[in-house]
Amino acid sequence: MASTRDKLGRPIVVVTGVGVVTSLGAGKADNWARLTGGQSGIHAITRFPTEGLKTRIAGSVDFLGEPENTAAHSERMADLAAEEAIAQSGIGRLGDFPGPLFLAVPPIEMEWRQRLEVGARSGSNDTVTYSDLLRVSDQFPAYHGRFLFGSVADHLAEKFGTRGSPISLSTACASGASAIQLGVEAIRRGDTDAALCMGTDGSVNAESVIRFSLLSALSTSNDNPQKAARPFSKNRDGFVMAEGAGALVLESYDAAKARGARILGVVEGCGEKTDAFHRTRSSPDGKPIITCIRNALEDAGLTPDDIDYVNAHGTSTPENDKMEYLGCSTVFGERIAKLPISSNKSMIGHTLSAAGAIEAVFTVLTLQEQRMPPTINYDLPDPAIPLDVVPNTARDATLKHAISNSFGFGGQNVSLVMGVEPA
Amino acid sequence: MADGAREVLITGIGIVSCLGEGPDAHWQKLSEAKPSADATTFAPYVVHPLAPINFDLQIPKKGDQRQMEAWQRIGTYAAGLALDSAGVKGKTEVLSHMDMIVAAGGGERDLSVDSTILSGMPRAANPPAFLNERLMSDLRPTLFLAQLSNLLAGNISIVHGVTSSSRTFMGEESAGLDAVRIAMSRIGAGQSDIALVGGAHNGERPDLIMLYEFAGLMLKDKYAPVWERGDGKGGFALGSLGAFLVIEAREHAEARGATPLARLTSVVADRRKRVPGNVTASLEGLWDEVKDKVHQKSAAFLSGATGANPGTAEERAFLEKHGELAVRATGSYLGHGLEPQFPMNLALATVALQRGSLFPPCDSTGLEKPMTGALDQVLVTGVGHWRGEGLALVEKAG
Repeated sequence: MASTRDKLGRPIVVVTGVGVVTSLGAGKADNWARLTGGQSGIHAITRFPTEGLKTRIAGSVDFLGEPENTAAHSERMADLAAEEAIAQSGIGRLGDFPGPLFLAVPPIEMEWRQRLEVGARSGSNDTVTYSDLLRVSDQFPAYHGRFLFGSVADHLAEKFGTRGSPISLSTACASGASAIQLGVEAIRRGDTDAALCMGTDGSVNAESVIRFSLLSALSTSNDNPQKAARPFSKNRDGFVMAEGAGALVLESYDAAKARGARILGVVEGCGEKTDAFHRTRSSPDGKPIITCIRNALEDAGLTPDDIDYVNAHGTSTPENDKMEYLGCSTVFGERIAKLPISSNKSMIGHTLSAAGAIEAVFTVLTLQEQRMPPTINYDLPDPAIPLDVVPNTARDATLKHAISNSFGFGGQNVSLVMGVEPA
Repeated sequence: MADGAREVLITGIGIVSCLGEGPDAHWQKLSEAKPSADATTFAPYVVHPLAPINFDLQIPKKGDQRQMEAWQRIGTYAAGLALDSAGVKGKTEVLSHMDMIVAAGGGERDLSVDSTILSGMPRAANPPAFLNERLMSDLRPTLFLAQLSNLLAGNISIVHGVTSSSRTFMGEESAGLDAVRIAMSRIGAGQSDIALVGGAHNGERPDLIMLYEFAGLMLKDKYAPVWERGDGKGGFALGSLGAFLVIEAREHAEARGATPLARLTSVVADRRKRVPGNVTASLEGLWDEVKDKVHQKSAAFLSGATGANPGTAEERAFLEKHGELAVRATGSYLGHGLEPQFPMNLALATVALQRGSLFPPCDSTGLEKPMTGALDQVLVTGVGHWRGEGLALVEKAG
């Protein structure tokens, strides 16, 4: 059988299963209903005392019980998302996924609960130092396996039976998109017919909130949590930390067709471009973002005019939304005024390492349902960045190609072009 | 490597460790066969501290250095050495299409902030409020950026201008294996022409020693070469090291007139559940993927054995089965550096191939035997201390 190729002669990469967990709920049915219903998942943090913190709100996932730590929580959400995606795709057998795992995951680290527990065991009454902790460390053997950077991916690889060495990756807030890109590349190379690409993040803990807070990145609209994430609004004041997981089963078009799988969408192109300007800020001329989006379009063999919808990175920070506007308005030209661009983060907050994967899942659903989720809390448009943000209410549209942007600290920029199944 | 894939060359190496910086310093120390380690600074734990480095030479702005913690400085420095070695430092037209995969840990703690909280929190009237207050006022805002795994890559972009793609793999030893494996696959398949790949590790950290000591994995009290750490004396000595390679398609290297240092022929990796015998079986499986390319008379193993068992004992069983090939373990000299260990050993394999010979044995157990003939192939092993197995074939540049 002749293989089906894209415009550049490579295997076409399709999506045959998706799964998602966010503060809006577990599973794509609940998430999609609430997302297109314009509901917010942002709330006051109750997981830990927030006394003295500048930011006391988050889109934490609280319905799975109190998490032991970020690693375990990230793993649990990833587990649910992967189960849903694999079940929908119908690929392989339970515990036998026929391809590699690419997992976007927050950097795993030991947390205060454990540090204090080891400190207490040391019996030091006065000053507690690492020498005290080290004296009793070998009494906590389980913490080794739990707090290795590769632990989450390893457990998922074991459970789902993915092939080969699982990849744990970080490109900061673009991580989820990078996981998808790695899967697309592996399939295009012919290394595999399928890949499980995921992002997960469960890092709403005191120290993580404080770290972002100290960088002045977070919204401090504590009194009205559901209104705190206001992407593209004039009064946006930072992002809202959030949790969740997104999973996609990617396959070559031929492999998916051969097994009679239902095709949910196509990953048509991936683009990236690193920004060397600053650790947390974009180059003021927007060139890396512009190049990133253009690289994705070129990789998809499309032009800016082919894009019908943009799933924005749209964090609700003053800096990001301004730079994303600059990037999009440069690439799309005058069309930007009427090209719909909405931010899922207005409802689910910023799911950090998971964002690129979760928003890719939502982009697949957007294309499938031919319905664009809104940007909520858009009450005070920023006149400096005039956009059709699909304000406050979801909208039906005819959509063939969409682009999903992800930008992160460390100069990380990734854009994915996704489309409906080829006729 | 898939059939028809493009040939991949190593055209630059940048290495720093307790042995010093650069190929010559490493080769000289390896040839002397006198490993050393520090058993006092973090006693009873043994470490291999970084040799003195003048970071200004590769990270000229003090402001950049201040934004980094030690692991990032080590990596950014080694990356600069690799770019120099490849002759691409400052060449924007190459750097702007150079891809990057960094194998990173991260999370370097502020030890004094941690100690203040650990000491004060149990006595605080309102412990959670105490924690919040201390973190809010004592954490340096930029510490987060020095902890984030992907900010080694970010710093390399800022300091050296590598700006095509930037990806960071985490996951201990496997991160280093997979970084090279995937960067190489991309070049082989034409998805990339040139890549900077490697990582860095600061082994002089009590917080990291604690992570491994949870499982009792640290070498204690007295240094010994890795193969001599059996019978309850097992464990690894953390090493501070940075290692980056520039790898590229042969046609790309030729077009820019680069000198190939070695040829990267294969990188294969696996992940087996760790039950007795599985590390040996995994390495045998990887061996089967490359064995047809191996010249028995002029090849040797460069092992990344950590010294911690059962991994090292099982790797030894594999190596003994292939006893016709000489073996050297670099961990005896460098210590164990987790993420960058495999890239470091690819770099040292390159150095040995350029010299055309192997350095002397450093092992009284008899596994490491003298090799007298010429060397034209090196098989680099990487066995994670808890997970992940890998094997690479590096060949003399021809």
